[in-house]
Amino acid sequence: MDTSFISQSLPLFAKATWLTLVLSFFGVVFSIVVGTFCAIINFYKIPVLRRIVYAYIEVARNTPLIVQLFFLYYALPRLGMVLDGKTCAVVGLTFLGGAYMAEAIRSGLQSVGRTQIETGMSLGFGKIKLMRYIIIPQALAVALPVISATTIFLMKETSVVSIVALHDLLYVAKDLLKEGHALQSNLMLVVCYLILILPVSLGFSYLERRSRFAGFGA
Amino acid sequence: MPESQMVLEIRNLVKSYGERLILNGISLDIHEAEVLVVIGPSGCGKSTLLRCLNGLEPINSGDIYLDGGLITGPDTDWCEIRQKIGMVFQSYELFPHLTVIDNILLGPTKVQKRKRADVIPEANNWLERVGLLDRADAYPRQLSGGQKQRVAIVRALTMQPKVMLFDEVTASLDPEMVREVLDVMLELATQGLTMVIVTHEMGFARAVADKVIFMDKGVIVESAGPEEFFDHPQSERAKRFLNIFEFTGIHRVAAG
Amino acid sequence: MLDSVHNALFAGENFRRLMEGLGLTLWISFLSVVLSIALGIPAGLLMSSKNKFLRGFFRLYLEFIRVMPILVLLFFFYYTLSRYSAINLSPFFVSVMVFTMWGVAEMADLVRAAVTSIPAHQRESGRALGLSELQINFLIILPQAIRRLLPGVINLTTRMIKTTPFVFFINMVDLFKVGQQIVEVSGMRDRMASVWVYGFIFILFFVICYPISLFSRYLENKYQSA
Repeated sequence: MDTSFISQSLPLFAKATWLTLVLSFFGVVFSIVVGTFCAIINFYKIPVLRRIVYAYIEVARNTPLIVQLFFLYYALPRLGMVLDGKTCAVVGLTFLGGAYMAEAIRSGLQSVGRTQIETGMSLGFGKIKLMRYIIIPQALAVALPVISATTIFLMKETSVVSIVALHDLLYVAKDLLKEGHALQSNLMLVVCYLILILPVSLGFSYLERRSRFAGFGA
Repeated sequence: MPESQMVLEIRNLVKSYGERLILNGISLDIHEAEVLVVIGPSGCGKSTLLRCLNGLEPINSGDIYLDGGLITGPDTDWCEIRQKIGMVFQSYELFPHLTVIDNILLGPTKVQKRKRADVIPEANNWLERVGLLDRADAYPRQLSGGQKQRVAIVRALTMQPKVMLFDEVTASLDPEMVREVLDVMLELATQGLTMVIVTHEMGFARAVADKVIFMDKGVIVESAGPEEFFDHPQSERAKRFLNIFEFTGIHRVAAG
Repeated sequence: MLDSVHNALFAGENFRRLMEGLGLTLWISFLSVVLSIALGIPAGLLMSSKNKFLRGFFRLYLEFIRVMPILVLLFFFYYTLSRYSAINLSPFFVSVMVFTMWGVAEMADLVRAAVTSIPAHQRESGRALGLSELQINFLIILPQAIRRLLPGVINLTTRMIKTTPFVFFINMVDLFKVGQQIVEVSGMRDRMASVWVYGFIFILFFVICYPISLFSRYLENKYQSA
C-alpha cells in the first residue's frame, strides 16, 4: 500500500473524525435531554403535551434522518429559517434521537413498580425527590441497553451529514476517491468509524454489565 | 388504657372505588404504645384502611387525626405526615439500586435532611437488633425474603415514626422465614412502639395484640382484647372466620 | 400556493418519476428483507448452536455490522469492488447485498434471542410426551419462536425502508434522488419547490412506515398479554 497516501490524507481524516465526534456528542446529549423531557411528560400523563409528544415521536421515528436533514437544510430557508450545516446536523440528530431516547427512558420509567413508588411516598419523598433518588436511578439501569443502542445508531447516522455540505469522513473519502485511491480511502473510512464507535460500544457493554451486577435482576 | 395519649383517631372513614364500597364508616382510636391487630377475610378492606392512613388512597369522607391534628384536610402535606407514619409492605420493596445501609439512610438524609454521620449509628443499632448488621453493605438481591423484610422494617423505623403500619408483611415469605420477621415485631411491641398490624398469622396476632379488630365487608364487626376475641368471638362472622384456621383430624377407616 | 405545489409535484413527469423512485425504494427494501429472513434464520440457528468457533465468528460479524454505518458499507463495497474486481457491480446489486448483510446480522440475533428465550422445560415436556427432536422443533419451539420474532422482523422492515435513501450516495435514482432532481429543475423558477418536494417525501415515508410500526407494536402487545 502507498504509505505517502496515508501520511497525506491522515490530517484530513483526523479532522473529519473530530467533526463526526463533535456532532455525535452534541446530538446524543441533546437527544437525551429532549428524550428525558418527553418521557417525563408521558410518565406523568400531562394532558395536551403528551399528545404533542406522541405525534413528535411517531413522526421522528418513522422518517429517515436524511430526509429530515434535507428538509432542514434546503426547504426551511425558503420558509425564512436559515441554519448552517452543523446546526442542521445537530438539530436533525436531536430531532431523530430525542424520539428514540424518549422511548428508551419511558420504558425504563415504566419498569419501576407502582409499590416502589408508594414505598418512596410512604417514606415522605415528594414528587421531585422520588424521581431523583428512587425512580430515575432504577429507570436508567433498565433503559441503558436501549440508550446505548440509540447512541451507536445516532453515531452511525452522522455518516449522512455530507449532504448538508459538511466535510465529514464520507466527504473526505469521496474526495480522495476521485483521485483514484478507492481502496486506501475506503479502508481509512472503515478504520476511522471503528475507532469512533467501537470504544463507545465496548464502554456501554461494560456499563451494562456493571449496572446488572449492582443489585439488579432479582 | 384510657389515660394514655391518642396517636391516631379515625372517624367515619368511607372509601369506595367507583360503585364498590371498600370502607363503610370506620371509626377507630389508636393510643400511644398500643398494638392494634386488624384481621378479616381478604377483600374486607383492611389493607385499604392502612393505605388510607398513609395517604396512598384518597378517601371519600371521614376524618383522620394524627396526634390530635386533622390530616385529611385539603391542604395536608402528606410528605410531612408520612414521615411520622411508617409503613411496611407485603413485597418488602427495598430499592434494588441501593445497598442495605443506603436503603435505610435514603429517607433520613434526603427527606429529613439529617446528617449521614448522625443517622448511621441509629441505623446500625437497629440492624444489630434485627440481626443484620453484617449485611449492611449487601444489595437487596443478595438477601433472603425474611432478611429483606427485616431491612424494610428498619428502613421505616429509622425515620423515627410515631406509629408503624404493617401490611401483611409475612404473606409472601417462605414459612421458615415468617418467624424471624414476627420476632422482630414482637420485640418492637414490647419496646412500646405504636403499631397497626394487618396479618393472617393468628397465633402471632394473639401474642402481639393489645386490641384486635375484626373487619368484614368494609365495617368493623368486632373489637376486643386478644384473649376475649380468640376464645369467645361474639359474632357469627368472626366465629366462621376463625374456624378456617382450625383443622379437625379425619380418621381413615382401616381397610379390611 | 396551490399552483406552486402543483408545479413541484405534478408538472410534467414529476409525479410519475417520484412514484418510480418510491417503487425502487420499496423494491430494494422488500428484496433485502426477504433475503435477510431466508439467510438470517439458518444463521441464527447456527448462532444458538454449541459450536464455539461458529458462535465466535458470528459474534464478530454481528459486532462489526453493529458499529459500521450502512453508508460506509455501501461506499466500501460499491467503490472498492467495482474498481478492483473484474465484474462491474451495479449499484442495485450492491444496495441489496449490503442491506442483506445488515439484515442477516439483525435477523440472526433476533432468531437466537427468540430460540433461547423459550424455556428449556418446553423441550423437556415435549420429550416427556414422547415427541421426536424434529417434532419438538417444528411443533413446539418454532411456533413460539416465530411469535416472538415477528415484531422484530417488522421493525427491521421499517428500518430498511428508512435506510434506503442512502443508495442515493452510490448514484441510484431512488425517491430521494428524484426529489433532488426535481428541485434542481423547478427550483430555478419556484423558490418554494424544495419545501413541497422534500415535504412530500417526508410525508410519504411517514405514511408508509407509521402503519407498519403500529402493526409491529400491536403484535408486541398481543404477544406480551398472551
